[in-house]
Order: sequence, then structure tokens, then C-alpha cells
Amino acid sequence: MGEYLVWSVDAAADIIARHAGGQGPLLPLLHDIQASFGHIPQEAIPQIALALNLSRAEVHGVVTFYHDFHEAPEGRHVLKLCRAEACQAMGGERLAGLARDRLDLDWGGTTPDGAVTLEPIYCLGLCACGPAAMVDGELVGRLDPVRLDQIIAGLRAP
Amino acid sequence: MTRIFVPRDAAAIAVGADAVAAALAEALPGATIIRNGSRGLAWLEPMVEVETDRGRIAYGPVSVADVAGLVAAGLLCGQAHPLCHGLTEEIPFLKRQTRLTFARCGITDPLSLADYCAHGGYRGLERAIGLGPDDTIEELVKSGLRGRGGAGFPTGVKWRTVQQAVGPRKYVVCNADEGDSGTFADRMIMEGDPFVVIEGMTIAGVATGATKGYLYIRSEYPHAIATMNAAITLARGAGYLGADVAGRGAAFDIEVRVGAGAYVCGEETALLESIEGRRGMVRAKPPLPAHKGLFGCPTVINNVISLASVPAILGKGAEFYRNFGLGRSRGTMPVQLAGNIRQGGLFEAAFGMTLGALVEEIGGGTATGRPVRAVQVGGPLGAYFPPALFDTPFDYEAFAARDGLIGHGGIVVFDDTVDMANQARFAMEFCAIESCGKCTPCRIGSTRGVEVIDRIRRGEGREKNLALIDELCTTMKLGSLCALGGFTPYPVLSAIRHFREDFGVAEQETT
Repeated sequence: MGEYLVWSVDAAADIIARHAGGQGPLLPLLHDIQASFGHIPQEAIPQIALALNLSRAEVHGVVTFYHDFHEAPEGRHVLKLCRAEACQAMGGERLAGLARDRLDLDWGGTTPDGAVTLEPIYCLGLCACGPAAMVDGELVGRLDPVRLDQIIAGLRAP
Repeated sequence: MTRIFVPRDAAAIAVGADAVAAALAEALPGATIIRNGSRGLAWLEPMVEVETDRGRIAYGPVSVADVAGLVAAGLLCGQAHPLCHGLTEEIPFLKRQTRLTFARCGITDPLSLADYCAHGGYRGLERAIGLGPDDTIEELVKSGLRGRGGAGFPTGVKWRTVQQAVGPRKYVVCNADEGDSGTFADRMIMEGDPFVVIEGMTIAGVATGATKGYLYIRSEYPHAIATMNAAITLARGAGYLGADVAGRGAAFDIEVRVGAGAYVCGEETALLESIEGRRGMVRAKPPLPAHKGLFGCPTVINNVISLASVPAILGKGAEFYRNFGLGRSRGTMPVQLAGNIRQGGLFEAAFGMTLGALVEEIGGGTATGRPVRAVQVGGPLGAYFPPALFDTPFDYEAFAARDGLIGHGGIVVFDDTVDMANQARFAMEFCAIESCGKCTPCRIGSTRGVEVIDRIRRGEGREKNLALIDELCTTMKLGSLCALGGFTPYPVLSAIRHFREDFGVAEQETT
């Protein structure tokens, strides 16, 4: 994944300023904060709340509602495997089991060396060429155990 | 210069289209490579097409390793090769379709406005402006178009309600939160023909008096987001969006909003909450979004395919469109063949083909070559059908009569290795993961549903627990605020009804 900014109030203020005037700005703003810092830092919550005239609870509620937003940094690489029906029909769950074994992780976990985070995803719209995955934002279709092993080995490499 | 087409569709990219395009560019420096949308023949992706004087010739699935051989065999002249499928238009999967909504998808350069207009683009808007709002909406009502997102509500009636509603501003919201597994029509049209979505939204704006459109795309679709943003910028630059649309005096502009991984935001009121910057909690209806929608203003909210069908309806006329289909299901439906299927992809056809014809004749049965055991129609909230019901015609009412739904047109095929009790459990589990939590039947019912199915699978009080799951499903169906809790019973009950044997096995693994 890309390099992220180190948390700073000023950098966050710049991002907030870009969105504060818009209609319903909270989701685009949170996407931008996460794209910049790699996650939604705790310190950002009161700052966003103040700027948008919301309570901290409201901002926290939004951050925790959506699966995309996370409050802690992820691994250097993120492997998302589709667990939805069309991929299940093509052996997706077997691949999911394989990935969890190889990485010794449950869903949402990160390897101790911080290399890989494993996440479930429910549909990438690649349902006619499943099983599907997203590896650091890149799409992979027609995944099979051999290819998955190669991907995991690549992600674990220092 | 010979033109070679390599799709930029996410499904093609996921199986290597970018690398194939790069290899072709290197091997054939004299050719022009166009990154088109997908034709929808997913099993042939990456499908490379070459323009010849006979027409476009298709090759696929092409990998980087095939490129040298293809070039040596005479790819540029459309010569024979084991991967060659002849004229694209003659491939049976494509030839049997009626492409109205997807007429341009895969044929044009998605980001060429000139291409779009040369292939009939913006004729619908032109006609709508000429007709004026009342007659435009009347035309849409006459066409019989019903919401393609799944609910099947008449689109024209919805527009008329918004047109007649009074508010300080009005909005058009395009629902591109296509979260149903087995569906990808919205993604394909956004990536393959983005201007048709823009034109459809613009017609909705002009007809109802809305000046601002939001296009809410799920974050799982990065390519669709990029393509739509690029197309909106191009349309704005050419005067098709902005203060004076097409030089005809109406103001309309579109902003893309990106979702954040919440399935329930595909429900229209949760989607509106999400745009407003809140948790995607479902709103109680009434008030309808048409009266009090986004930011409390009258709002047209339609699925991508509904809006993308509007330009063709206006351009060719309501009569033309309604002559396709049957009963109260008029026009065409982009059916998506997915899961364990030999020839998967997008198949647009008039309503009325049977489920069996779609799965067996068009789709060619399973990819694994094993017998088809079940197909789920209409996404995670749709019913499972056994082959015994393959005579069901693809039509809103026919599916409803058999306790199913066509939803957004996705068909997911499973072979005989599927464990239907596990699929029923997954339906409840998915509902529990994605529930917004506002209503109790959905929030609590889904978790209890997982537990009860686990007990059935372990063989504990099978009959008693099957009766309990039936009762729970009735509560969820009648008591949930939206389709997430309300329709989760469809896959669960259909699995139990049609695949009862899968629920009788004791000592089965439960994870």
C-alpha cells in the first residue's frame, strides 16, 4: 500500500477545510482522512466534530458503522477475499480457509510482523469470474489455491 | 491504422486485461489499442477484438503468453487461431440478446463523447427537452419501465410524484450501491458506457425539476468510480452538465459519492442517510423519498439500470420499448449469469425467457461440469430455485408467484456439491453482519436465525427448530423495516422447502 502521512492536527485541518463547506460532507471527509493517514486516528474525531458542528458520538458512530473505516492502522498489505454467494459457488470458502491457515489469521487480523491484514469482502462485482479477491486495491479473478499461495508469499516477502 | 479492443472493465482487468493490452501495444506498435467496455462474455475475458473489413473478430480468453502466437497467426487481419471465435456479433451468447440498455457497452470507447453521440447518445435527452417534463414522464409511464434495482416500482410514476412535489430544491439520486452477489450490471454499464448513466440522470433532472444529482457508488467498485468521475468531467466540459444543459436552459450537475462498505446502503433511505453523512440507518416510510428525500427535499432515487434504460426509451419511443417483454414486465432486463456457470456474463433479453433456458442453454450449465443443484436469483435476499422450477419465466410476477424475486437480475449457479443448510445459515449470517440495527426483527432475528440453523444442522430437535425458523422468518418478513430483514427469509425458507434433505443430517460441521 502507499505511504501514509504521520498524524498532525494541521494536516487534518487542511483535509477538513476542503470538505467542510459541502453538503453532507462527512463520508467524503472520512475517506480522505483515511486515504491520508491510513486509518481514522482517534485524535481526528473531536476535530472533525467541531468543524462540522456534530457531537463526537455522531462522528464516532459513523466511523464505526461502515466496514471500510478503521480506527487502527492495517498491515502493509491488505488481502480481501470475497465471501459472497457467487464466489462460494466456485470454492471461495475453501480459499478463505487456506488463506486463514497460511496467514494464521482470523478475519480482520494482521500478521504479527505487520505485513498482511486479511479481510472479508462481500462482492466485488466479479461474480462471473470468481473466486475474486482484492490485493492492495488490485482486483484478482479466477483465483485458485496455487495463485493464492503465490499472492500470499509475495505479500509476506520482506 | 488497425483498431484493437481490449476491455477496461474491472472483470477483464481482474483476469489480466491490462497486461494483455500492454503486451499487444508492444508487439503491434502500428495498431491503435482502445480500452472498451466489456461485451459481457465473462468466460472469454480478457476478450480481444480486432476491427477488420468483415467486422470485429473476437479472441479469448487471451493471456500475455498467447500474444506472440496470436500476432504470428495474423491477429491484425482477424486470422484463425484456437482462441478465435469469429465475428463477435455472431457469437451465439451475444446474437441471442436484445441489447437496448447495453446497446453501446463493449462497442464504443467509454470515455469518448464523440463515440457516444455517434452511437445514438443524447438523442433521448434531446427528445425529452423537446417533449417537455409532462410528456417525458408520460412517455416513461407508457414504456412500462419498472425499477431495475429489485423493487420493480414503475419509474414514471415515481418521477411524476417528484415532479408534482413542492420543495426548495429537488434531487436525483442514482443508486450504484450494487452489493448483491451475482450482480454486476451497474458496474459494467458505469465502466462501459458511463455517459448513458449521466444522460439518464440528466433526463430525470430535466423532467422533475431537480438541479443536482448524486451518484452513490460502492467503494468496492474503484474502476467504476474513476470512469464515472472522468465521464462527468467530460460531459461538463462539453456543456452536457452545468448551468445550461445542452444549451437548452436547464441546470443540472452530478456529484459522485463513494460508499464505505455497508450493504444496507443499497436500501434507498439508508443510502440517503449515508449521503447526508450519517450511519446508513433505514428510515421509516412514509414519508417517501419522492416527497421528503435527500436533505428533506423531493428526490428521485433510481437504480443505475433504471436510469440507463431511460435514454433508449426516450430515444426510440415508449411503444418500441414496451413491445418487448410480457405481462407487467415490459422491456428488457440485463440478466447476470454468475457463480458456477460455464458461460457467465451479462445477457440482456426481453422478459419472459425461462430460468432453465438462461442457466442451461445460455449459460451452458456449471463450470465444474457437475449437475446444477440450485440457483439463487436476485442476490443474497433472493430465493434458491431447484432445477424442478426451471420453467419459471423471468418476469417479476412469475417469480413472486413462486415465492422468489428477480431482484436486480443476478442468477448464481451452484453445482451438486452445495450444502443448502450452509447457504441458509449464510443468508442469516450475512443479514446479521449487514443489519443497520434499527429494527429488532432484522437485528436480533438474524443472529437467532444462525443459532437455530446451527441447531438443526447438529440434529438437535430438528422438527421443532424447523418450525421455529419458519416462525422467525414470518416475524422478519412482516416486522422488518426494509428488504434486508424482510427478504432474508426468501433464501432461508426456499432452501428448507426445496432442499429439505440437507437439513436432516446429524453430526454435521457447523462452521
